[in-house]
Amino acid sequence: MEANTRSTGRLPAAFLTPGSSSFMDFLGEHSPEMLPGNRVLPPVQGVIEAPHGTTIVAAAFPGGVVLAGDRRATMGNMIAQRDIEKVFPADEYSAVGIAGTAGLAVEMVKLFQLELEHFEKVEGAQLSLEGKANRLSTMIRSNLGMAMQGLAVVPLFAGYDVDRAKGRIFSYDVTGGRSEENGYAATGSGSVFARGSMKKLYRNDLTEQETTTLVIQALYDAADDDSATGGPDVARRIYPIVTVITEEGFRRLSDDESAELARAILEKRLEQPDGPRAALL
Amino acid sequence: MSTPFYVSPQQAMADRAEYARKGIARGRSLVVLQFADGIVFVGENPSRALHKFSEIYDRIGFAAAGKYNEYENLRIGGVRYADLRGYTYDRDDVTARGLANVYAQTLGTIFSSNAEKPYEVELVVAEVGTEREGDQIYRLPHDGSIVDEHGSVAVGGNAEQISSYLDQRHRDDMSLAEALKLAVQALSRDTNGTEREIPAERLEVAVLDRTRPQQRKFKRIVGRQLARLLEADGDASAPTDVPSDVEEE
Repeated sequence: MEANTRSTGRLPAAFLTPGSSSFMDFLGEHSPEMLPGNRVLPPVQGVIEAPHGTTIVAAAFPGGVVLAGDRRATMGNMIAQRDIEKVFPADEYSAVGIAGTAGLAVEMVKLFQLELEHFEKVEGAQLSLEGKANRLSTMIRSNLGMAMQGLAVVPLFAGYDVDRAKGRIFSYDVTGGRSEENGYAATGSGSVFARGSMKKLYRNDLTEQETTTLVIQALYDAADDDSATGGPDVARRIYPIVTVITEEGFRRLSDDESAELARAILEKRLEQPDGPRAALL
Repeated sequence: MSTPFYVSPQQAMADRAEYARKGIARGRSLVVLQFADGIVFVGENPSRALHKFSEIYDRIGFAAAGKYNEYENLRIGGVRYADLRGYTYDRDDVTARGLANVYAQTLGTIFSSNAEKPYEVELVVAEVGTEREGDQIYRLPHDGSIVDEHGSVAVGGNAEQISSYLDQRHRDDMSLAEALKLAVQALSRDTNGTEREIPAERLEVAVLDRTRPQQRKFKRIVGRQLARLLEADGDASAPTDVPSDVEEE
């Protein structure tokens, strides 16, 4: 095939070259400048100010997994956005929640979603859950240059493993290191408090309904102690985004469902500001 | 160096067209029909792994008759084109018209280039609209032309006979079961007019269903769901009209 085929309007050779089922590989071959990892950041002094997303939590229950996030984005000590969305479906059986630099995170999610969809269309079959988790690892690693400049993206990946018939959670570090979490996990600035909260409340026999309550409790506790995490905003009707993935696939709780859960918790917290108490022994 | 024989351009093109047409005619035919809720693809395909129909993008489906490796190559090219376009601009900016144009240019360039043999494929690119009026079906013959089709289209070996059969009987407001029945009837008529039975397991069926709640409207119909639709007796009020989104094997 001719090298310069763009002018004729036909599909360029790279489009018709058999081989990879990966959209990122194709992009790297055809227009490498569009890959986020190939961008070079000029050297800068100090920290770049950009909106940061904060806390994401996940918890597994028998038959599925719940992934949820608060709605705040901060820039330094300022609230950049009150109703940002940080939890996205990755495909029918998985979801990804992102903490870190919002702009880069949203781009990463978009590319990740496309990567999974592209594979599915080309191969006619879905990637395994491990395969998806590994793909996300690669993407985080390609952002390492940015992360060194303070523009890190640290996601939490959760999905229903169709082969093993259970919900699974994967957490990442800034270098793309991946580890599977048992039961529950959190990432972002409020993650320390959220993890502490879930540590005391989590049991591995919770129902779906209980698990959604658990993650909102954890987000509440994170917002309670971390100024960058947003709590339920009753006045503006902004509530956490809660998603559930089961055998039936991905489902995002409607605003009303999420509001109802958050308000029930809020109601209880009016009497007991620190939330439910665990037994001492 | 020996002097090549002179072959007139007309003759050369006619030979190439003949070559491509013969290759396409060896494959089995397939049909694409509009029905009330979208577009249905029906074909005879003994293989369950090598598909004739597939998803290109949210609302766009692809069907091909002819040589497998050639249309598979074009299909993957189309998926890459659509995904890249959707990534660069927006999901709404990926259209069947754009894709059909790119395919036409590709097929046309290959057809008239002496360096390559013509592709022995005939493609259909279909896009389901939010309303019935928005549905689009494009047929792309081997030579790079585009035919804007309405209602029904057949490609492959016995295409002419099948399309005339479909043209007489097809209505745009058919239910899925009715359209499927008509398609199977059309496909089971042999060139000499005799009918033969095509069992459900040899049928490949897919729909672009505008009533699907998901963003991606393409869905294969297999197993029990297909059997139910075939048994539905073409009844417009049958509850099987709406394909359930639960995959059934």
